[in-house]
Amino acid sequence: RQRTRPQLLRAENTMLNTSTKTPTGGFSFENTRRNAVLEANLSEKGYSAPNARKTGTTIAGLIFKDGVILGADTRATDDMVVADKNCMKIHYIAPKIYCCGAGVAADAEVTTQMMSSNVELHSLSTGRPPLVAMVTRQLKQMLFRYQGHIGSSLIVGGVDVNGPQLYSVYPHGSYDKLPFLTMGSGAASAVSVFEDRYKPNMELEEAKQLVRDAITAGIFCDLGSGSNVDLCVITEKTVDYLRGYDQPVQKGLREGTYRYKPGTTAVLTKTVTPLTLDVVDESVQVMDTE
Amino acid sequence: MNTRGLRSQLKDSVPVTGLCPQAGPYGVQDSLRRGFSSVKNELLPSHPLELSEKNFQLNQDKMNFNTLRNIQGLHAPLKLQMEYRAARQIQRLPFLPSSNLALDTLRGTDDTIGFEDILNDPVLSEVMGDPHIMTEYKLGVL
Repeated sequence: RQRTRPQLLRAENTMLNTSTKTPTGGFSFENTRRNAVLEANLSEKGYSAPNARKTGTTIAGLIFKDGVILGADTRATDDMVVADKNCMKIHYIAPKIYCCGAGVAADAEVTTQMMSSNVELHSLSTGRPPLVAMVTRQLKQMLFRYQGHIGSSLIVGGVDVNGPQLYSVYPHGSYDKLPFLTMGSGAASAVSVFEDRYKPNMELEEAKQLVRDAITAGIFCDLGSGSNVDLCVITEKTVDYLRGYDQPVQKGLREGTYRYKPGTTAVLTKTVTPLTLDVVDESVQVMDTE
Repeated sequence: MNTRGLRSQLKDSVPVTGLCPQAGPYGVQDSLRRGFSSVKNELLPSHPLELSEKNFQLNQDKMNFNTLRNIQGLHAPLKLQMEYRAARQIQRLPFLPSSNLALDTLRGTDDTIGFEDILNDPVLSEVMGDPHIMTEYKLGVL
């Protein structure tokens, strides 16, 4: 009898809703009408609702003799302000498969984390190491299901039993399989470097230099990309995640100093006005210090 | 399984009836339980994805059963749907969240993670349905 009373109290304390539908998971569209009305009201007054933070990126991938190299810059922008100077855009999917994400930062992050979990479950269920084509297929099916509202463009690269592979997936669900790929706002600058100097079956150092140059071109020529270059070299034997491989842009050093010596400004007059304070009320609270 | 062309999806997909007026037991809007109604709310979806997400699982099931019928004959989807009906009846009390493990295993979604597992998990929801109302609704007394 004693045990039921706290249980009853707990049921009374939770909020009860009067609908008879069983709740399901997933996206909830309850607030979309309210948001539309709020945005209309705001835009009448000249304000605008905040935008999702985009990565404004340059990401690139390349297949060389022994495997795949993925490269990315490290700036995340919030419209015209740099939100994160050193974010990680190369995400882990499987031991030999990594994914660069561009577009809306949160969408790319959650998409790649979900893909990583799905790939792990799938490879446990099949008992085999995952294929890059499987990751691409799941990504494109999911992105097509949401019709581009999940704004993440991804470059998936890795080494599996079929050799080194590189795919790019667009937000609406289309994909490309090519020997070199770039995406993001700095894609045009990066792909120009690739188109000029790419050769099939390059050596490791030459390929790393080429990807670094492509990302640097994106950093210098695109306002949405900046800070450092991250590289990820995936071969059949090893994976090298080189964070901060190159820092082409250093913060400028100040030439002079703006501090003035004390006494630079002459004091002409000085007046002192004492403020008298009256004690209005005095109360003593005894603390129980046992 | 998602590589079916758009034509086959149109033929077998669930019709757009998700937004018709929420008729209560007497055929009129049940304001107490479902709130106020407006013509605009009922005719147009508030978000382009709202209807497609609501019917997504149903459409998937229809497509899969149709393919199975074309490959193996009518008996295959019939047997599977019998198992689905049996599995759908394995539920807890009406106001408690059920795991639907048998149903997930039949559908093959027990080893995938989607947004329905991450966002708005009913197990973690702060509100619950009123036990009396939900049980009465389930029993048809309401």
